[in-house]
Parts: sequence; structure tokens; C-alpha cells
Amino acid sequence: MSIKYYLSYLQQLEAESIHIIRETMAEFAKPVVLYSIGKDSSVLMHLVQKAFYPAKIPFPMLHIDTGYKFQEMISFRDHYAKKNGADLIVYKNESDEAQHLGPDEAHTDHYIYHKKTKPLLEALAKFGFDAAIGGARRDEDKARAKERIFSHRNKFNVWDPKNQRPELWHNYNCQIHKGESMRVFPLSNWTEIDIWRYIKEENIDVVPLYFAKKRKVVSRKGLYLMINEFVQPHDDEEVLDIMCRYRTLGCSPSTGAIPSEATTLDLIIEEMCSFDTSERQTRAIDATSSNAMEKKKRDGYF
Amino acid sequence: MNNNANNRDLELLRIVAIGSVDDGKSTLIGRLLHDTGLIYRDHLEALPKSDTSPEEVDLAFLTDGLMAEQEQGITIDVAYRYMAASKRRIIIADVPGHEQYTRNMVTGASTAHLALLLIDARKGLLEQSKRHLFISSLLGIPHILIAINKMDLVDYDEQVFQDICRDVIDFAKKLKIRDLQFIPVSALKGDMVVSRGDKLDWYTGRTILTYLETLEVTGDLNLIDFRLPIQLVLRPNQDYRGYAGTIEGGSVKVGEEVTILPSKETTRIKSISVGGEKRKYAFTPQSVVVTFDDEIDASRGEVIARTNNIPHTANVFEAFICWMDSVRLETKQTYILKHCYKSTRCTISTLEYKLNVNTLHRQKNTKTLKFNEIGRVQIETSSPIFFDSYEQNRNMGNFILVDEATNHTVAAGMILPKLHSKGSSLSQKPPQKGGVIWFTGLSGSGKTTIADRVFKELKKRNIPCERLDGDILRDSVTSHLGFSKKDRELNVNIAGFLAERLAAHGVIVLATFISPYRKDREQLKERIGNFTEIYVNAPLEVCRSRDVKGLYKQVQEGQITSFTGVDSPYEPPESPDLEIQTDQDSLDDSVSLFMEWFEKKNFSGN
Repeated sequence: MSIKYYLSYLQQLEAESIHIIRETMAEFAKPVVLYSIGKDSSVLMHLVQKAFYPAKIPFPMLHIDTGYKFQEMISFRDHYAKKNGADLIVYKNESDEAQHLGPDEAHTDHYIYHKKTKPLLEALAKFGFDAAIGGARRDEDKARAKERIFSHRNKFNVWDPKNQRPELWHNYNCQIHKGESMRVFPLSNWTEIDIWRYIKEENIDVVPLYFAKKRKVVSRKGLYLMINEFVQPHDDEEVLDIMCRYRTLGCSPSTGAIPSEATTLDLIIEEMCSFDTSERQTRAIDATSSNAMEKKKRDGYF
Repeated sequence: MNNNANNRDLELLRIVAIGSVDDGKSTLIGRLLHDTGLIYRDHLEALPKSDTSPEEVDLAFLTDGLMAEQEQGITIDVAYRYMAASKRRIIIADVPGHEQYTRNMVTGASTAHLALLLIDARKGLLEQSKRHLFISSLLGIPHILIAINKMDLVDYDEQVFQDICRDVIDFAKKLKIRDLQFIPVSALKGDMVVSRGDKLDWYTGRTILTYLETLEVTGDLNLIDFRLPIQLVLRPNQDYRGYAGTIEGGSVKVGEEVTILPSKETTRIKSISVGGEKRKYAFTPQSVVVTFDDEIDASRGEVIARTNNIPHTANVFEAFICWMDSVRLETKQTYILKHCYKSTRCTISTLEYKLNVNTLHRQKNTKTLKFNEIGRVQIETSSPIFFDSYEQNRNMGNFILVDEATNHTVAAGMILPKLHSKGSSLSQKPPQKGGVIWFTGLSGSGKTTIADRVFKELKKRNIPCERLDGDILRDSVTSHLGFSKKDRELNVNIAGFLAERLAAHGVIVLATFISPYRKDREQLKERIGNFTEIYVNAPLEVCRSRDVKGLYKQVQEGQITSFTGVDSPYEPPESPDLEIQTDQDSLDDSVSLFMEWFEKKNFSGN
């Protein structure tokens, strides 16, 4: 038997992520995995399954629903949970204040806080989760580039970027006081292209919106917004019928499609290599200020 | 974006980039990312213009991510950056170099294969850089690359570069550094970072990028000492008990005998799976699940290892620690020590000395360690841990200390090889029993190649060993001997005598001699006692085609006669202790095969 002691970088990243996921399960009383339905969530869930195979996924999946997600995302979510027998918790901010926020406000900090951050914190408190695993990657944003893999939150869920615990070797300090929690990022060292290559290699299902198709859109504030129940063309807007796809997925009224012919994973990977802008460029929510992500993260956003 | 779409066989290289506030480290990393086309347009457009030249954007802002950093113009925290080079994916931990954040350097350095250290050409080797070199060596980073930056500000003067290299080498002599390299650069102008530029013609070495792409790192893996600390036990049903964890050293095969610490129960590996797929073998750093032949009740924090090669077990040991908290070390206080997956209470029983990282001076009679200070300590844990020295295995030799009250990570620790067997220390490696391992086989069968590699492996594990072969002897003590039958016999006899004396003093002797006659080898065995015979076997045609020393050619041309295997007989061993077939197994496999045999053979004293 000839033995090869070689791991490709994707296999190394996979091993590291599985290690982190298992460590979370071993060290915390009540972990949860944050599920956002996007490509990173698909990869994260795949790794969670691998980490515990042949055992089932040992913790619930939590989805914070703003009510304005694409219909394709919601049906993908429900299908995934059913197929894998996962314990899916869907949580929504039902307060009047949140209910008042309509699709046209989906890009504002106010909306993010009430529709995403606040219900997330409420759900974590309500169910008593002490560790929340998320699919954020360090290459997404320069504030994320500085966050630890095991990122401590005090009892007010505040991230203190200047006093982060040093993270040494793969030896993670998981000690927390009652009422505090940990955010855990197993995909920290993955980049956008790694995610796609892994999806291809492992044959992972993703929401069909990632693939190019003829879709009816309007061009608004520099984004191609798809016409659906939340986005209707204004009188002065022309409805375009173009081949397009999504590079990231968020709330339908604030997430733009990109013109694309990439109908397969191979074509998506090929297209990725020609991009000269980052994926967050298609998200109106990040554009509000240059340090938008750090501020949101300090508040408790993922 | 240059992302090597079609190359899935990329290697992963983790580097830590270290430099002080003004060395231009952020600029260098920004330059690497920028010139390799790895910066997205929207990120680039968001950058402020450079103070010094308004046309250029300030690349430093690419890595300074936090608001406070941009306000103060400094880097506070470790930032991770990702690069795709032609043969590898590179993770850069970008750490600040100024004094109050030494803990961040330790953080970034702990997982790195390579330290990229910046020195300002105008300033030369400052105390700060000495500290960076010291910490890099303390953390066992295998490779160190010194980028002497701002060459543009010293007129690209070669003498400046040479002087700094000399100063660094002088200082580095006091440290344990395996591989130290230098490159002159101007990060601001881009010389020798990605492209060569035209100002440093006198320098003929590699650019930073080429160096990063070609640095050999696979050889740094320890593939011999199998260690699998149990992270999690998986029990999906009554019939299945799987042990999940990351292999922290070595490799393992289905069917191999293993011992579990601390119970010392032995069993065999029944199955191995990686991410749900069955495998015949697995190796570091894979995350795996293994099952055993026997029902054994092991739990998180226990360690699986090969029966004749197990880690140390002790509750008293010595270590270097780097203090990382604003609250100073209290020797009487209890801390939580986390090692592999085991958390146990501990105290610092002795603070032997504090190390001045600028002068390497040892300050004894010290009572405490403050933020960023490094000390040599003795630690006592409430229950034993299972470890290797940090030098031998970074994963099995590290620990962190956590303050029970604040939960802060207060120290990073590296366990030292020397053991104190005070009180409840459970086991210690017995002293080495010497022995002669005799490699016999045709010329060109691979004896020397295998023995040389084995020699390195044994050295790595601090096993006293020595190499002996005909050439080594003829180059030294037996240079007067020729190649007649009589002279050859004499040569082998002298070799046997030396081997015997060395073995008597605890040395493992790796002797490689064609030694064609069965009778001669049997005589050696009788004389030496602890003598084992390794038959390195390859068909004559294969040896002839290799012809490493050109001897077969000389035989063919009639310059040599009575050549073993051609016109002089070779008598293969009838029952060798181990046979290695080098025409079938690769060198790596042959060495693994040998090391497995060696471990089972148990040369240690018990």
C-alpha cells in the first residue's frame, strides 16, 4: 500500500473547521448553529454533519427571519431541515416597531438592528444558547479579519475588539461566566472561492438563486433588484429581463443580482476569478458607513 | 482576481508577519496583495490617499481594520489575510510589533510555518527585532525570513543590507533557529516583493513572493509519533462508540495496536473515518473518528498512541510561559490549565527565572511575571497530563493558562523536554538501550538512503544514534585499506568493533554494509548481542539501473572485478529482522516501515 501524506488546502481547512465544531459541542452546554440559508451556511451545515457522523446533528439550527427573505430561500431552508431531520428554530421580531419597518427600509441600520440583531439576541436569551456557531469568514470585511474564531460576548452581547482573548495554537479558551456567550466561526479561514470549490468538490446543495437564469429586475440605487412580492417597479423604472444571479443572499429588497451567464458551478468558479469587486458590494446594508461592519458587530450582529 | 481556479491541489502555508510600527509591514502585505491582484476594486477605492505621495493609495489601510487603529494609525490586533499564489494558499497573520502587544505576536506565531520579520534598513537590528526573533524561536517556527525594508531610503546600498544580515546572524546564534533567510525590499516602491524592480541588481536571490511560493514545508510534519487526543466520544446508538479528534502527530492504520492513556489499555484500530468516509489510514492534521476492536471506555482528554511510542504522563513539568494578562502572575494562585482537550487546575510551583527578551539575560530570584514577560517555570497540575515536549510536537507540548475568576487567557505555555519525577509522576521514558542495526544488501539497493533518513528521524526524537558505512570508515580510520577480500573483511571487522562499543554506551548504530557473506554477519551477531539485521532488497537489474556511485558502469567496463551480485556472490539473510523491498516501496514508505518496526522492537531500556 503506497501512502500519501498530503492534504490539499481545502482538506486542511475542512479538518480545521471540523475540529472547531467538535470543540464547541464538547465545551458548551447548549450550542446552536446560526443558519442564514446562504452558500456559507450550506457549507457550514455540511461540515457540521461531517463532524458528528454517524451521529445526528446534535444541536438546533436557528434562522432569524426578517420576513423579507426571497421565497426561494425559505423553501430551500424548509426542504433542507426536513431532509436532514434537523431541529430548525425560526425566530422573528414580532414587536410593533419591527413590524413597521417595510421593504424600502431594508438597507438601513435601524432595520438591521430591529429585524436581525435584536431578534437574534432575544432568541439566544430565550433558548439559553451559550455558543452560537456562524458562517462568517475573515475575508469578507476588515473588521471580521480581526475577530477570533472563538469570539467572546459579555452578558450584553457586546464584542470588545480591543480586549479579545489571545488565540493560541488550536487550543481554545472556552470558559465563560453565566449569562455570557461565545460566537464561533469555523469558516474563519475560508475565502469566497474556497466556499465554491468546496461546494463543487462535495456536491453540496445551494439555493438556486446562485445560478444564472432569466429574471425580471429593476435597476435601483446601483443594484439589480428582482421583482417579487417585496419589490415592485416604480412608475419611472423600467423592468428588465436579464440573465443574472446572486453572489450573496440577504433580504430581497436590499440584495442585488449581478448580470451573469454562470448556470453551473464550474461557470460560477470561472466567473469568480474574473471579479474585481468584493461580494458585499451587492449588499446595500454594508454601504452606510466605511466601518459599518465593526459597528454592527459591536451591537451583536453576526 | 487571480485565484488559480483550476488548481485544487494547492498547499496551505501559514505565515506570521511581524514588524514594529514604522517598519512598513502593513505596506508590505498590502503590496503583496495589491501586486498579485488580490485586492477588490471596492476595497481599493475605499482606501485613503498616501500622505507622502498623493497618487498612491495608502496600502497600510488595507490591513488596519478597526476604527481605533485607523484613528491612531497603528495596528492593534492580529489580522488575518488570505493570498492565493501559484502553488499555494497563504494565510497571513498580520501582527503588530510594538511592545505592549507582544501577546498578539505569540498568538500569530503559534500556528505559523514561517515568520516574515521586517527590519527598517535605516535602523538596523533594534531590540524590538531581537524580541521578535527570540519569540519566533521560542514558538518553534520552522522558517524565518527577514525582509530588510525601506531599501529605497538607503539608496539600495548593498553594504547596509550585508551589515544588517551579519548583525542578525550574530544574534541568532544564541537562539534555536533552523532556517534563516534574508531579502532586501522596498515595500513602498515594490522592489523584490512581487516583481524584482531594477534597483536591486546586486541581489540575485528570490523575491518575497517566489520565496513564499517555493518554501518547502511538507517535511516539517512529524509523521512518526502517532498522537490522537480524544476530543469527543460519539455514541449514536448502543452498538457504536467512536472516538473523534484531530491527529496531532504521526499516522495510523486500521489494524494497528494502540494504547490509551492514562489507563494503558491496549486494543487495535477497527476503523478510521474522515468526515464520514472510511479510510485505511489517516495522518496529522486530519480530523478523524476511530473505533476499537475491544470495548474500551475512554473519554475526552485521554490520548491514543502506538503501544511502543506513547507520550509522557506527569503532573509536574517544566515550561516556558509568556504572560498575557494585565493582572500579574501569582505563584500561589490556582489557574486552569488547558492542554489538548484536558482542563485541569494547576499552580506555578516554581518561577525559576524571568527572561529578558532583549538581552536573553536570565533574571533569577524573581517573584512574578507581568504582561508580556517570559519566564521558565515548574508547573504542578491536579491531575496528570499526557504530553510531548513542545520541541518534539508543537500540538502536544503547548498549553494555555486561564484565570478562574476573569476567564482571561493569562499565559501561553511551551513544555520543556526535561522531566521532574517528583511524587506522583506516573512514567518517564526509560534510558535508551543501545543496539546495532545492520543494513545489508546489494550496492544500489538503497541502504544508505534509507539509513540516512532514519538517522534524521531518530535525531528528531532525541535518540542517540550514529551512522557507520564503508565510505565513512575509509574516509577516516581505514583509509589505508584497499578492496581485496582481506582488506574488506578487516574493514567490516573494524566497523563491527566500533558499532559494538557505541552500542554498549546506549547508542543506536545504523550500519550500512553490503556484507555479502552470511557467515560474517552471523559472527557479528554473536559478538555484539543486540544486533538486528535489515535486508534492503532490490533486484540486481534495479540496482544496476540506479547505479548511484557509477560502480556498475565500471564493472561493465572491466575496471572493477569481484563485484558483489555481478561476479561475486551475495548471500541474502535467511530470516532478517526486517526486509525492505525498495523496488516496490517508495522511500517514504520504506522509512515508515522501518520506523514502525523500530517502535515495536522497543529499543528503550525496559
